[in-house]
Amino acid sequence: MSKAKGLLNWIDARFPLIKTWNDHIGQYYTPKNFNFWYFFGSLSLLVLVIQIVTGIWLTMNYVPSGDRAFSSIEYIMRDVDMGWLIRYAHTTGASAFFLVVYLHMFRGILYGSYRKPRELVWIIGVFIFLALMAEAFFGYLLPWGQMSFWGAQVITSLFGAIPFVGNELATFIRGDFTVSEVTLNRFFAFHVIMMPLIIVGLVFLHIVALHKVGSNNPDGIEIKAHKDANGHPLDGIPFHPYYTVKDLWGVGVFLFFFCLILFFFPEGGGYFIEKPNFEPADPLKTPTHIAPLWYLTPFYSILRAIPDKLIGVMAMAASIAVFFVLPWLDRGPVKSIRYRGTLYKTILAIFVVSFFGLGYLGTLEPTPGRTLFAQLFSIIYFAFFIMMPWYTKWDKTKPVPERITK
Amino acid sequence: MQHLLPKILLSSMVVLGSIVLGVAHAAQSTVTIEAPEMNPNDKMSLQRGAKYFMNYCSGCHSLEYMRFSRLAKDIGITDAQGNILEEVMKKDLMFNTDKVGNTLSVAMDKNDAKEWFGVAPPDLTLETRLRGVDWVYGFLTTFFVDPNAPWGVNNLVYPGTAMPNILGALQGDQQPIYQTETVEMEGGSIQQQLVIGVKPAKNGLLSPQEFDQMVYDIVNFLSYTADPGKIERQQLGVFVLLFLVIFTLFAYLLKREYWKDVH
Repeated sequence: MSKAKGLLNWIDARFPLIKTWNDHIGQYYTPKNFNFWYFFGSLSLLVLVIQIVTGIWLTMNYVPSGDRAFSSIEYIMRDVDMGWLIRYAHTTGASAFFLVVYLHMFRGILYGSYRKPRELVWIIGVFIFLALMAEAFFGYLLPWGQMSFWGAQVITSLFGAIPFVGNELATFIRGDFTVSEVTLNRFFAFHVIMMPLIIVGLVFLHIVALHKVGSNNPDGIEIKAHKDANGHPLDGIPFHPYYTVKDLWGVGVFLFFFCLILFFFPEGGGYFIEKPNFEPADPLKTPTHIAPLWYLTPFYSILRAIPDKLIGVMAMAASIAVFFVLPWLDRGPVKSIRYRGTLYKTILAIFVVSFFGLGYLGTLEPTPGRTLFAQLFSIIYFAFFIMMPWYTKWDKTKPVPERITK
Repeated sequence: MQHLLPKILLSSMVVLGSIVLGVAHAAQSTVTIEAPEMNPNDKMSLQRGAKYFMNYCSGCHSLEYMRFSRLAKDIGITDAQGNILEEVMKKDLMFNTDKVGNTLSVAMDKNDAKEWFGVAPPDLTLETRLRGVDWVYGFLTTFFVDPNAPWGVNNLVYPGTAMPNILGALQGDQQPIYQTETVEMEGGSIQQQLVIGVKPAKNGLLSPQEFDQMVYDIVNFLSYTADPGKIERQQLGVFVLLFLVIFTLFAYLLKREYWKDVH
């Protein structure tokens, strides 16, 4: 017996290595018809790793104090060997993370991946999305630029809108009566330790829950319904080597665009690294236009569209919370958009346009005309969810095949 | 003499304030000037820009994230082996320090500066990334004579600036070009004078072309200080992307080979 095989057996007698490998990778059966939309789960995992690794290296030289945070980042950019590469990888990764996660979520909507028996996979996923937004929010304060400071000031003050406990709550979160170095210190702890631990834990649960029920697929039919003599789904293939090798090619394409931005357009036209953040935070100077980064703008738009602060906050919270109940709003007889009718497809298209519209408006300064559009798009956004129990029933669906098509 | 500056400032504020309250007041629109294309590879331009910066700007403005040693290497103040010519740096560019590894700090005390100008002159290392190259170029070329302003000058791109016209002797004086606009208000309408441009009024020590070249060099230099690693980054990027193209091609071929089994 070779030394390697001997070592493997020694470990396997003490740790379920081979069984775990087989159950989750080598003999884990996945539908054979995964398409473009199915790359984004593994890409999300890749970007999570990129963020953690670059984050660790940034933490080696970043100083979370009011007078040194901004200059420590310039130090990383200029004096630390390849520090600029690590910093740009982290900023590009932050935007890439949301792009990839939004596409991953959209796949779920397209193919009904949130439907029974995958409701819990979806719910854990929405928790990950929430955790990701918190992680991004905490992280954005750390450069201690003008936009970092004032963005945090605006969002933490939103908690003040809650009746009775609002102001105390906002002070509790900030650690001070206004965003200050105290806030910076605790957001550093949240961003570097608390949220990453929560996210990694949730991602683990997300994958475990998925593997219990198996993946959905673009046809929305259950491959476990038809098995061969060995008990393997007829329309399934083992994850390894088929999807490991396919995801590897997906990683290559993704990294090409990732590096194109990192090396040639790291500021992303002012959307990935915002211009006002090239100036250290000044509590006495308010920027003319305060907005979060592009990936949070759809929800910021909904907040801003409503004139009342408390109702605006509640609407923004509702716009995210509504994702949790999606599995129960969809009353259609089919899972996948391939077999839905024109009614559903039209409504989904309008929803997508509204989401983009809200996102775009969130990057601009509000005017009366823009606010009107934001209100219109917000109504469409909520209508997509609230009306779903009805229009998914009214929708004229097509017959669903027994076996997977291509 | 010590308290004259704040006194001038105060009295000018009073004068300015009373003019603003008047019925016919001169407001200013912001105009964008387009700068020529910056060239970080033009080391001669960067050297001139460094020279101009140290001579005209470094009295008030710091470049606190820029080290002399890195500057020397990047703009070519080195010998044939690539070693920094320390003596040249110390004689020509280093006025506040004798350690070439130090950063370009400013001698002016921040509190003094705030008292004298109303606002401390900002550090300029990242200015071109903060406001854009066009803004900085426009700012430096559109000072005009304004008897109501504290230093006797105002600026087309940044109206109400607290900065004096440092390069005024070189550019010569400029006068504003006004446009009268009628603004409808609740009680009736008022005539508003907008500054929409500047025109040369008196010659300076440099010709217009020489001055524009000088400002270009300064802005090119500042655009370098904002992102000194740009050239290295883009050069490395070419190799990284090339590698990824080849890697992805092979990854695809591998995938295709494995997936031949799947029907």
